[in-house]
Amino acid sequence: MARRTTTTHAVVSTGAAWLVGLIIFFPILWMILASFKTELEAFATPPSFLFFEWTTENYGIVQERSDYMHHAMNSLTIAGGSVLIAMLFAIPAAYAMAFAPTERTRGTLLWMLSTKMMPPVGVLVPIYLVFRDLGLLDTRTGLIIVLCLGNLPIVIWMLFTYFKEIPKDILEAARMDGATILKELAFVLTPMAVPGIASTLLLNFILAWNEAFWTLNLSTSNAAPLTVFIASYSSPEGLFWAKLSAASTLAIAPILILGWFSQKQLVRGLTFGAVK
Amino acid sequence: MKRFLGALLGAASLMSVSQALAETLTIATVNNGDMVRMQALTDEFTKKNPDITVKWVTLEENVLRQRVTTDIATKGGQFDVLTIGTYEVPIWAKQNWLLPLANLGADYDANDILPQIRAAVSADNKLYAAPFYGESSMTMYRKDLFQKAGLTMPEKPTWDFIVDAAKKITDKSKDVYGICLRGKAGWGENMAFLTAMSNSFGARWFDEKWQPQFNTPEWKDTLTTYVNLMKEAGPPGASSNGFNENLALFNAGKCGMWIDATVAASFVTNPKDSKVADQVGFAMAPNKGLGKNANWLWAWNLAIPAGSKKAAAAEKFIGWATSKDYLQLVASKDGWANVPPGTRTSLYNNPEYQKAAPFAKLTLESINSADPNQPTVKPVPYKGVQYAAIPEFQGIGTQVGQQFSAALSGATSIDAALQAAQAATEREMKRGGYIK
Repeated sequence: MARRTTTTHAVVSTGAAWLVGLIIFFPILWMILASFKTELEAFATPPSFLFFEWTTENYGIVQERSDYMHHAMNSLTIAGGSVLIAMLFAIPAAYAMAFAPTERTRGTLLWMLSTKMMPPVGVLVPIYLVFRDLGLLDTRTGLIIVLCLGNLPIVIWMLFTYFKEIPKDILEAARMDGATILKELAFVLTPMAVPGIASTLLLNFILAWNEAFWTLNLSTSNAAPLTVFIASYSSPEGLFWAKLSAASTLAIAPILILGWFSQKQLVRGLTFGAVK
Repeated sequence: MKRFLGALLGAASLMSVSQALAETLTIATVNNGDMVRMQALTDEFTKKNPDITVKWVTLEENVLRQRVTTDIATKGGQFDVLTIGTYEVPIWAKQNWLLPLANLGADYDANDILPQIRAAVSADNKLYAAPFYGESSMTMYRKDLFQKAGLTMPEKPTWDFIVDAAKKITDKSKDVYGICLRGKAGWGENMAFLTAMSNSFGARWFDEKWQPQFNTPEWKDTLTTYVNLMKEAGPPGASSNGFNENLALFNAGKCGMWIDATVAASFVTNPKDSKVADQVGFAMAPNKGLGKNANWLWAWNLAIPAGSKKAAAAEKFIGWATSKDYLQLVASKDGWANVPPGTRTSLYNNPEYQKAAPFAKLTLESINSADPNQPTVKPVPYKGVQYAAIPEFQGIGTQVGQQFSAALSGATSIDAALQAAQAATEREMKRGGYIK
């Protein structure tokens, strides 16, 4: 009897999980389907789900009109660069706050998070002027700096949460064996926090990849990443959904593949310390 | 062999020198069909001007507006040529943000530019931008549905006729609606249409002393006609419909009439995109017998930001892209029907163009009947047909547009929407120092 209940429960919860998953994934699926439609079919009401004339014409047009690889390489450099630099600053910061907290640690953490509460457009003009004077407009370096600073609070918060789960005693034991702080960080803490670090890295890479405000406003052509590539296919006059969907599918493809292969690591990291 | 290597090295060094000397123009533009075609034809320009290379930055209209405004206001110098609308040109020219265009080439023939469009991009008799394509608005209708209902569309319809025809054509059981109009909130969305419509009803945004006029009977008449017409003969969810949504509805055969940009004529008559391509007729935008039609005037223009270090090359490019020769070039590659419309008188005198574009005559008449300097029946202190060319208008227009969109969806009443529009406009105009 108990076994039957468990089976029913499993079926229901699996079904519910699939349903939620499908609902979350549906916009992406719809975008991929729209990219294979003609413009008229993409805009049709009622929309057709699978039974339409499939075409790859939109991908052809997008390839012809834009340099996808140029934008993709920029995205890779900017997202990768900003996350790696953020990690360099965040690991020592999170270490200090997790293992040597003071009475101001909590306030500092909250202050860092509060910088994320201001809408970025509020500081657009001052940052634009600073970038202009430093010659950083439309450069990958400039975008790496701004995205790194933008994501730093989240990176520190995430790492702080993971580090706090690691028992202090292990670090103390290493210290008693003569390990310096650097060795402690590199050979004891980091290997133990690999799932946490990996998921922080991945999540912030995705955030930086998708960031559209600063990348659209601070780049023109040389440093323009995939967000600019997508924005170039939206139009106020004329049908554009199919072409926009094709451009968006191409833009999210690398991140989708990366997410697919690293999902185990990502889930492990995100649930790290959640179940004891 | 040595000689060959020497020649090769010489050629390589010459190439690198010429590349180093080449000026790169960065051009910001919108993703419209005519602009995309211009990008594809860039090689024709660079072949003639090997010392200039061109980089394109294509963005959605609102993103582009924000992007170039930030850059020009902070003198960021990221763009050498800007694509801007007729709304921005007089404001930016007044701020000294744009360079006057005086050297567009010996055979440019600025007098050939349509007078209304030229007026819209000039300040103090100087051209501050060169029009790339221009548009007005007109009535597009389904000839088959009109015939079925026993109606004949006049060349210059009145609002009374449009209202009556829309009701007769509507057949909600077959998903056919008498009229599709813009309802989505925004100064360039529903307010472009409603401001032009109000001009024909004798309304105006401000009186000569900049006092907002939403408390006048003319505005009430405009909004009441619009809301009632859309409720009775418009498609469901019209308050979310902009140009593209209505284009899709019309192309799918769901609208009896559509009053919108003249540029739509080529989309609705294209059999590749439209199910009703062979059934579309055209007429002027409606009037109320007061001497003004409900049509607007708009042009996308190319301009050079002040302080540009590549002004000469930028002006050369603008001279090429907005010339008569460019129209010939597009015609030779893609046919006369795909030539950017609404900028040059000579295009409308060209029999080949008249043949390829059956809507040419009406487009020209519509553009000529919209006067940006005297847009309304009563006098006004502002320039612009479907907008008032003052910096505050974008914000005010969108606020008012939200109220009118709410009136259309039924979230608020017509009177409440007009009162809120009046209060919001008064507040912003006081803040701007126009009134006390």
